[in-house]
Amino acid sequence: MRQTIASLLTGFIFGLGLCLSHMTDPAVVQGFLDIAGAWDPTLLFVIGGGVAVAFVGYRYVLRWKQPLWVPKFQAAPSATIDTPLLSGAAIFGIGWGLAGYCPGPAVVSLASGRRVILLFVVAMLIGMIAVRWMRLSRSASMSPTTR
Amino acid sequence: MHPYVLALIGGGLIGLSAVLLMAFSGRIAGISGIVAGLLPPKPAEDRTWRIAFILGLLLAPAVLAIFTGDNRIGAPTVGPVMLIAAGLLVGVGTALGGGCTSGHGICGISRLSPRSMAATATFVATAMVTVFIVRHVL
Repeated sequence: MRQTIASLLTGFIFGLGLCLSHMTDPAVVQGFLDIAGAWDPTLLFVIGGGVAVAFVGYRYVLRWKQPLWVPKFQAAPSATIDTPLLSGAAIFGIGWGLAGYCPGPAVVSLASGRRVILLFVVAMLIGMIAVRWMRLSRSASMSPTTR
Repeated sequence: MHPYVLALIGGGLIGLSAVLLMAFSGRIAGISGIVAGLLPPKPAEDRTWRIAFILGLLLAPAVLAIFTGDNRIGAPTVGPVMLIAAGLLVGVGTALGGGCTSGHGICGISRLSPRSMAATATFVATAMVTVFIVRHVL
């Protein structure tokens, strides 16, 4: 229960950060990406503020033997830079540039009640499901015994 | 307040949220990963915290609107067809690349992960090229 409440609270703080910094306005995001136009550095301040706090906070927290309420920290992701990582990031960037929404701001923007944003989010979910499904069927075909 | 100051504060809150999630639950605050874990096939077993986090996200602009009268959510800049196309690309790309602006961009860079730095450099670059083509070439 306390973990659920902590998640609700951390999600709320995250959402508040996105709204205050105006990342929930695709015009501001695209303004940052438009280096040849009237460049808007807002997003740089957001990343700067976020990385500064998380850098210091993580250094402190990750020295602990374990998190407060669970036995262990989620394993750090692998360090290898591979093709799925780079091609995925490249594809994500194209979509991000086209509409000015990345997953967080898109989800938060649903709260505005503008139904057209739902189109983006549903399409995003379909895209995620497609990749997950492809991965699952591929890993199943490569190792039939583990199925 | 100046937009840049608000952006710095907002960014700080995002960083704080990431640190708190790590401190309480040992988890990375990557929105695409949190959402994807709820999806078929094979949704993750730990769905409750994911749903709670997303509810928290949705609650933020609502509470902001109650206190300030402004939820600070802007209107889409493109039409429905483009929103669908962009959504598909964002969904496929973040699932394939294992993260988005929050997971790779904020959490990953803060942990000095080479993987996240490479991903962030890549998606910022393709996003800038995309906007350049759409706004200045086409």
